[in-house]
Amino acid sequence: MADASNTNAFVEFERVQKSYDGENLVVKDLNLTMPKGEFLTMLGPSGSGKTTCLMMLAGFETATHGDIRLDGVSINNIPPHKRGIGMVFQNYALFPHMTIAENLSFPLEVRNMGKSEREQKVKRALDMVEMGAFGGRRPAQLSGGQQQRVALARALVFEPELVLMDEPLGALDKQLREKMQFEITRLAHDLGITTVYVTHDQTEALTMSDRVAVFDDGRIQQLAPPDQLYEEPANSFVAQFIGENNTLEGTVKEINNGIALVQLDDGELIDCKPINVSKPGERTRVSIRPERVEYNKERMQEGAHTLKAEVLEFIYMGDIFRTRLRVAGNDEFIIKTRNAPDQTRLTPGQQIEIGWLPEDCRALDA
Amino acid sequence: MSDTTHTGPVLAADGTPLKRSLARALRMQKIRALMLIAPLLLFVLLTFILPIADMLFRSVENKIVSDTLPETVVAVQDWDADSGVTPPAPVFEALAYDLVVAAERKEHTRVGSRLNYENPGISSLFRKAGRRADDIGKVYIKQFEKLDPAWKEPATFVSIFADPAWVSSRSDDAEPLFEVSETAAAALPKASTAYTRWARTIQQEDNDSPTKEDPWAPVYLALHNDLAANPQAPSAFGGDAQAALQAVSTAIAAGEVETTTAYDAFVKIDEDWADPEVWRTLKTYSGAYTNGYFLNAADFQKGADGAELRPESERIYGTLFLRTLLMSLAITVSCIVLGYPVAWILANLPSRTANLLMILVLLPFWTSLLVRTSAWKVMLQQQGVINDTLVWLGLVADDARLVMINNQFGTIVAMTHILLPFMILPMYSVMQTINPSYLRAAKSLGATNWTAFWRVYFPQSVPGIGAGSILVFILAIGYYITPELVGGTKGVFISNRIAFHISQSLNWGLAAALGSILLVVVLALYWAYDKIVGIDNVKLG
Repeated sequence: MADASNTNAFVEFERVQKSYDGENLVVKDLNLTMPKGEFLTMLGPSGSGKTTCLMMLAGFETATHGDIRLDGVSINNIPPHKRGIGMVFQNYALFPHMTIAENLSFPLEVRNMGKSEREQKVKRALDMVEMGAFGGRRPAQLSGGQQQRVALARALVFEPELVLMDEPLGALDKQLREKMQFEITRLAHDLGITTVYVTHDQTEALTMSDRVAVFDDGRIQQLAPPDQLYEEPANSFVAQFIGENNTLEGTVKEINNGIALVQLDDGELIDCKPINVSKPGERTRVSIRPERVEYNKERMQEGAHTLKAEVLEFIYMGDIFRTRLRVAGNDEFIIKTRNAPDQTRLTPGQQIEIGWLPEDCRALDA
Repeated sequence: MSDTTHTGPVLAADGTPLKRSLARALRMQKIRALMLIAPLLLFVLLTFILPIADMLFRSVENKIVSDTLPETVVAVQDWDADSGVTPPAPVFEALAYDLVVAAERKEHTRVGSRLNYENPGISSLFRKAGRRADDIGKVYIKQFEKLDPAWKEPATFVSIFADPAWVSSRSDDAEPLFEVSETAAAALPKASTAYTRWARTIQQEDNDSPTKEDPWAPVYLALHNDLAANPQAPSAFGGDAQAALQAVSTAIAAGEVETTTAYDAFVKIDEDWADPEVWRTLKTYSGAYTNGYFLNAADFQKGADGAELRPESERIYGTLFLRTLLMSLAITVSCIVLGYPVAWILANLPSRTANLLMILVLLPFWTSLLVRTSAWKVMLQQQGVINDTLVWLGLVADDARLVMINNQFGTIVAMTHILLPFMILPMYSVMQTINPSYLRAAKSLGATNWTAFWRVYFPQSVPGIGAGSILVFILAIGYYITPELVGGTKGVFISNRIAFHISQSLNWGLAAALGSILLVVVLALYWAYDKIVGIDNVKLG
């Protein structure tokens, strides 16, 4: 990474590898640098190595190779309880035999804090997550969302500089999840804590993070702010994984002035932005976001390339229309259009012309 | 809500109350469920609950004395046990009538054994007296026959005592149970009772007829005493019967009959019959129910002023109960100490390895209990494996081998080994449900390994410890075979004593009382556990 030499790095992974069985690497050569105060999300499908990275950072797994540094100090040999990292677990891990207040008081007690100071901090932390009235209850008497807030408060009550969250919202329903996403980001920014957040939910990753690290196959596929990740995916995995994406397969004909001419498999020629194709003759997957495709001739932008398409299915989704097309032999080509007053609705069987700007069309690895 | 506006019960669609409708709908399910458990329920009821209830009932039941010695028990009630004198003559007479019947039925030794539990020595008194009971009053037989030869004829007795209706209804082939006539019962009360009991006894026991046999001697004694008390009695009868009775009555009145008393007869058999203590025991245990067994089981005895503690040298059960409790506690604690780490390992290993290790834990269950206990004998005895090894290593001198068996140590070691799986299994299944993320959470919050274990993991594993402890403690407290084999005299449990009374001393009442106390102690401990720890805190998985 370009900022590997960043001097204000707070969390650093340097050439970290992890294997459980001595035969397969779960994490392959991980390099990552986080500045203080950043909200970084590790996003990826299950088995991609993101949780292992988190556990190595927390100290519950040891790296097979490489160095993990926290604030410039290598923490490979520091046991978890001395790392001072707050952690929120997937199932909250609230101690069932303690009340909420006792749960929050626990990290302060093990730090030998005085009773009055403890009570004060517990109260402040509970108020922070709007759970002040629940101190005397047991975890089992709370709803999922309430337990989630308490888990968050417990991870923050001893004022750690780094907080790790392992899919903390996985068990909540959609509405509650959205509310909590907002609250967690707000708290993280207000308190200025550095946060590493693990999730497999891309919406969560995009809405909450300063930067997102997309994991696959034990590697970071792309590390970028959400908008860049969405609009400029670095490879076809990221393009597929983040948001909805249309893929057309073809072969690079030539690359000139930063524009690649790609011949699609049905013979059609289109202009694309070359991302990780370098020479003519290479196979490529061309990626176009559904909302960047236009079929209304009046709205079509200058310089847009057009292709013939047949409407296969039209789905009314309220705020948008989702239309499935056959384009260059691909039956799964999706376009999304806003439900505006002047928008035309397509009917299945209709023959149309679609177009997009060459910059929105990215030639990625095959 | 429409329901809240309506008063009265909620109705189903067809107008019947909803509750009844629901009950009807569920009835079939309930019946089916009951049918499914019925075979086991019946089996348990017949083979477990009823026998145990019957057994426990024996701890208070004492009918044998009043059933075997009915007249004596009634007669002795008027006697004051604290007077220091032997009971009056009628009591001895009653005992003679009772004993001769009991001896014929061979029940006198049983009542003797029963009373022997309370006052050692009584058993032989009863045995001797029973053997010679039909001699009591023998002196009268010859004298009666001399006064009137009619006394030689069984028919004379029948004509005096038998109810005419009985005589007319009997034949040699079919004889109903003897019935006494009202005349005889009024004029000769003691003799009537004695004769009736004799007649019925020989009818039932020997299949003989009173019309063909002479009665046994105590009947003559009763007849003599009745006639002595009421010389006018013969006038109530007629014919030959009157003549025979009159001859005896006249002779008695004239002082021509050589007399004897039941008291003399008993003292002649054994002079201990004159000991008021014997009679006090008989009177004390004459009721149909007794708390004697329980007093005995608690090292008490019935003294002159009610229950009193036995002399120190005779107290054994208190010590035994205490020892049983303490040793069971020691076994439970050692099972916890040894089992907890194992359960922890099992719960935290990958399931394949855990299953393999679980087989090792369960292995003892596949071996006979007797074999395992015997193995401990081989290991622990003075010429055994452990001692030999220690001697060979030079850690123990050959002449100072360790005593590890036939004492409490041996019992605790062997029983800990045997009961360990019962501790590990519930602990394991509880620990399995404790999510490892709790420990991780504790550590991430700054707790050391020990603090995380002690403050977070251990409290959650307490239900498993509780379940295991209850299981092990209750099994240990009633354990029999192992203490019997390796316990020697110092390491035996109360159950060994119970078994002794069941199979050797045959004092089932005492065994039942000890068992009942054990049951109550266990229930009390269970109750205390529920109060302190809470039974909700017991999980088997």
